[in-house]
Amino acid sequence: MSNKEKHWEKTKGLMILTLIIWFIFGYLIFMFGSSLNTSSFLGYPLAYYMCAQGSIIAFVVLIFWFANKQEQIDEEFGFTERGEDD
Amino acid sequence: MFKGKFVDNLPKIYGTYTGGFLVFIILMAIAESAGMTAKTIGILFVAFTVCIYAVIGYLSRTVQVDAYYVAGRQVPTVFNGMATAADWMSGASFVAMAGGIYFGGYTYMAFLVGWTGGYVLVASLLAPYLRKFGCYTVPDFIGTRYGGNFSRFCAVVVLSLASFTYVTAQINATGTIAARALSIPFELGVWVGLVSILLCSMLGGMRAVTWTQVAQYIVLIIAYLIPIFWISNKGGFGFIPHLMLGEEVARLGELESQFGLVKNAAADIKAAGVPGGLKSISVPHAGVPEGGMAAWKFISLALCMMVGTASLPHILMRYFTTPSIKAARKSVAWSLFFIAILYTSAPMLATLSKLSLMDPNLPTGIIGKDISAVMAIDWVSAWTAQKQAFIADFNGDGVLQLNEWFMRGDVVVLSTPEVAGLPYVISGLVAAGGMAAAMSTADGLILAIANALSHDIYYKIIDPKADVRKRLLVARSLLIVIGAAAAYIASMRITSILGAVAWAFDFAMSGLFFPLILGVWWKRATREGAIAGMIAGLGSGTAYLIYVYPKFMGNPAWLGIDHLRFGIIGASVCLVVMVVVSLMTKAPDSATQRMVDDVRVPSGRTILGKQH
Repeated sequence: MSNKEKHWEKTKGLMILTLIIWFIFGYLIFMFGSSLNTSSFLGYPLAYYMCAQGSIIAFVVLIFWFANKQEQIDEEFGFTERGEDD
Repeated sequence: MFKGKFVDNLPKIYGTYTGGFLVFIILMAIAESAGMTAKTIGILFVAFTVCIYAVIGYLSRTVQVDAYYVAGRQVPTVFNGMATAADWMSGASFVAMAGGIYFGGYTYMAFLVGWTGGYVLVASLLAPYLRKFGCYTVPDFIGTRYGGNFSRFCAVVVLSLASFTYVTAQINATGTIAARALSIPFELGVWVGLVSILLCSMLGGMRAVTWTQVAQYIVLIIAYLIPIFWISNKGGFGFIPHLMLGEEVARLGELESQFGLVKNAAADIKAAGVPGGLKSISVPHAGVPEGGMAAWKFISLALCMMVGTASLPHILMRYFTTPSIKAARKSVAWSLFFIAILYTSAPMLATLSKLSLMDPNLPTGIIGKDISAVMAIDWVSAWTAQKQAFIADFNGDGVLQLNEWFMRGDVVVLSTPEVAGLPYVISGLVAAGGMAAAMSTADGLILAIANALSHDIYYKIIDPKADVRKRLLVARSLLIVIGAAAAYIASMRITSILGAVAWAFDFAMSGLFFPLILGVWWKRATREGAIAGMIAGLGSGTAYLIYVYPKFMGNPAWLGIDHLRFGIIGASVCLVVMVVVSLMTKAPDSATQRMVDDVRVPSGRTILGKQH
């Protein structure tokens, strides 16, 4: 496998992992909204909290994490940009 | 004070600007206590902020193509995040979101999840690759990846339809706010709004829109947060409302069972003469409706909004302006960070506002009081006179019940400062914030349409030999024409016929989502496949919308997929057709395959040149 192909394999892996986490916070937990709401967090019913703040914060953290991970992958295979397009 | 390049000085420039704006608020507060009228304060707030945007727009004028289309590709990560946040948060987010939660409770909050989660798709599937492509517009990517003018043309059609649906609502919002703050008729307010919008974008294109959007973000976030923190601290609900409103949410539940949540019969509402569009509180604030269908409705709405987010060209094109691919990815994260500040605050505003109204132990509470006493309250009589609020004494006991109080959703944000008894300067500030939110989104949308028409239709298809001066002249003329068309439609007040903002998301996802992501992630995707997918997706989505929307054919929704969710049909058809047709046609040539390989690695030159 060429360097490029390996880089793309890892990139794809990261994409899939990112989307799995996205699916959990965006959909999976809300399939169980009414049972979630019996517990609470910071005094808020949990399902209410998750759509008011929890999932949104999770998405922000997820994208920052994803961006850092992808930069590491690019570095690992030597595909970091060096301002070529100036 | 400002030495060196403009971009290096951004933190200083916007820091000074923010300080200046805060000083202006304080001056207005002093003027209010010295006896300046509410009307003058409202006019000054809107006029002052709009003038600043116009100055920024003028200073950012340009005669260069790449500055006009992609802000010279030098917008730093964090600032692009702020600009995207302003681009994203429309008049609807600012004015209507808290109101939606106020009346819709948990069910409505699917919009919050949907309008944020889409950025995960943007970051992981699209933004870095489109940036590497080096395109000026979204159809530019489709046209180059798949080849041929017809694929480019189809992408322009989807883009125009989605963005135009969205922009009339924005101009409508600027008109409403301008009319209220400046005390002029709505029809005139719409044109005042349009002129303000064009002042920001006409001379400098994307560059001017970028720097005004950053300024607009600062105004709108200050305007949204100050009232929330003020009310929360004034009422002793909590120093940081986001972390401390658990008890208040529980108290709302108590009050709901004390007063009873009654859904009024349509006949009663009609008989009492409640103006159209006004609602009463009839669903629990934090309660989750039981059953699989309710969960599916929540999830399907979130899905449409997320996939739609990742297909809306005015958002995607913001990531063409960053200096690098790395910066494009980070910039998506910053965008969502700045958006999250407002979105996580909206439920808190709804909670505080509802509690101020409902709790009989608070001085601001009106439910359970005598109707004659309630009608005598200033803000109640003012909003009732404007047909934005209404009291219907269904049981004739002279006491205001929860189901007898009607209000328009949009009024929640605008009226909360008055309801909670804050000084008028805060209401003026909120008007300026709403204006900023609607203007920034309208600018992004009008620019997206005008750029697609001028770059993709005029330059790429009609006259590829046109020189720079002519291209920019066409781009600017189109900006005026499209803005005027949108303002004209908005001034006819038929936006309720045009439907919800959600439609823009459904149109975009029906026609663009799969052609965009498969262009990067599936080498085998062919031109014929993409064209067939765009046509079939948009066609089937639109057909289903006509089939199901109550004002058109009004057939029963299939599996709960109503007019807010028609993108599920469109995007599924688009995917199937695109894959089948791609596999039936010849694989893309080796040059195209190499191009896709190049897009997938960050290093090396962009696919399209710096100027094209």
